[in-house]
Amino acid sequence: MNFIMDRIGVWMGAALTFAIFSFLYKDNPIYKIAEQIFVGISAGYWFIYTIFNILKPNLFQPLISDFNNNTLLVLPAILGIFMLCRLIPNIGWISRYAISLVVGTTAGLALIQTLQSDVISQMSVTILNPFAGANAAVILGKWILLIGTTTGIIYFFFSKKHTGVFGGAAKIGIVFLMISFGAAFGYTVMARISLLIGRLNFLMGEWLGIIQP
Amino acid sequence: MGFFEKLMKIDRRIIFLLIFIGVAIPLLVAFNFKLEITQPVREVYNLIEDADDGAYVLLSFDYGPSTKPEIQPMAISILKHAFERDYKVVCSALWPMGVLMCSEAIASVKKEYPDIEYGVDYVNLGYKAGGRVTITLMGKNIRKAFPTDAANKPISEIPIMNNIRNLTNFDFIVGFSSGDPGLKQWIQVGHDTFGVPVAGGSTAVQFPSLSPYLNKENQLVGLLGGLKGAAEYEKLIASPGSAIKGMDAQSIAHLVIIIFIAIGNIGYFVTGKYKEKRI
Repeated sequence: MNFIMDRIGVWMGAALTFAIFSFLYKDNPIYKIAEQIFVGISAGYWFIYTIFNILKPNLFQPLISDFNNNTLLVLPAILGIFMLCRLIPNIGWISRYAISLVVGTTAGLALIQTLQSDVISQMSVTILNPFAGANAAVILGKWILLIGTTTGIIYFFFSKKHTGVFGGAAKIGIVFLMISFGAAFGYTVMARISLLIGRLNFLMGEWLGIIQP
Repeated sequence: MGFFEKLMKIDRRIIFLLIFIGVAIPLLVAFNFKLEITQPVREVYNLIEDADDGAYVLLSFDYGPSTKPEIQPMAISILKHAFERDYKVVCSALWPMGVLMCSEAIASVKKEYPDIEYGVDYVNLGYKAGGRVTITLMGKNIRKAFPTDAANKPISEIPIMNNIRNLTNFDFIVGFSSGDPGLKQWIQVGHDTFGVPVAGGSTAVQFPSLSPYLNKENQLVGLLGGLKGAAEYEKLIASPGSAIKGMDAQSIAHLVIIIFIAIGNIGYFVTGKYKEKRI
């Protein structure tokens, strides 16, 4: 029985994959059906997942099994109900209390950690002696890092007109920025192709069985 | 209409078809292109290889099915390496679907390591919402963040967790990440706040934004970027899997894209389109 259910699942997966791929030819009703099935199933899945895997073990069960030692959980439960008030336009403003608490707490916690990790540590590793290094490649790398960082920052400094030496440095900064955007684009292409490989592995492996999945 | 003008107006569906063929053929026939090991991947390998016997490892599964083709091969390879070295593996997830990804990865590895025992050699703590808040809590008291495992078994009844109180009890952390919360939060909290070495694997899209953390302060010890990073790791542990097989397809697809970019650029200049005024 399990084998039959598995095969039905694989065939459905293959059919839906082709339905989504059909959009590459042109927009069509089969694609729309697959898209809406995906959205509907995702919403339903997340709804059930949230109740049984998040709310039940983290909120309902502790409150039911040992209310006295978990009274603090009532507070996030109330805030969660506040969030749902957005669904009723007349009392939608109540949700702002919950949102403000989440935003405030996250900002407060993230501020110090981000400052330490993304500002202080990053600055400290960029401040280096560009003349010291085991070999020419290391020294060259340090100079590229130094020039790239400095000119990149200059490009984003808009309080002074980009003319003369300052403008020249900003132009060098653009070159470094373009190289980094190019690298990011290349990695994005690689990521998208990886997803296509994943789908073809499924089609040729699990569905057709012509390759080892 | 000249040759390049025809090429400039080529139907995009032909390009899609060529990419499709370019990916499909290498999956059927192995080309075995050369694969160089990059330094960030070697650093991850060294971190795991050089840890003390019986080391405790925290693996965080912060991704879902949408990025599974890229990240799952990394998770499988690192699990294999950790079990090969007899480490104790603790899995957690900052993404709800990470729990399932962890279960699938362990099920895959169990075929090669049938003797590993749940609760003794590894544990799946499950998912916890909160991102950096959860990591901060894990840094102080992991039992408050995860009072039970994914199957609701109390932590106190799981032998592998007897020696674990907080993040500092782990020898290192490896985060598998495809967004937020993910590896960035593990670096900021796990390493920069609690001082635990952090390595990771990310989607290729995330790699450029995470690579500045690969620095002399070792904010990030090493990083596997996308399918290529996963393939390099499979090569390092001499256990070829789906990533190495996928890299042939990846290379051919990139070649097709590069050819079309070159044709597009040549056509742009040959047909004199660069002279047209842009609005």
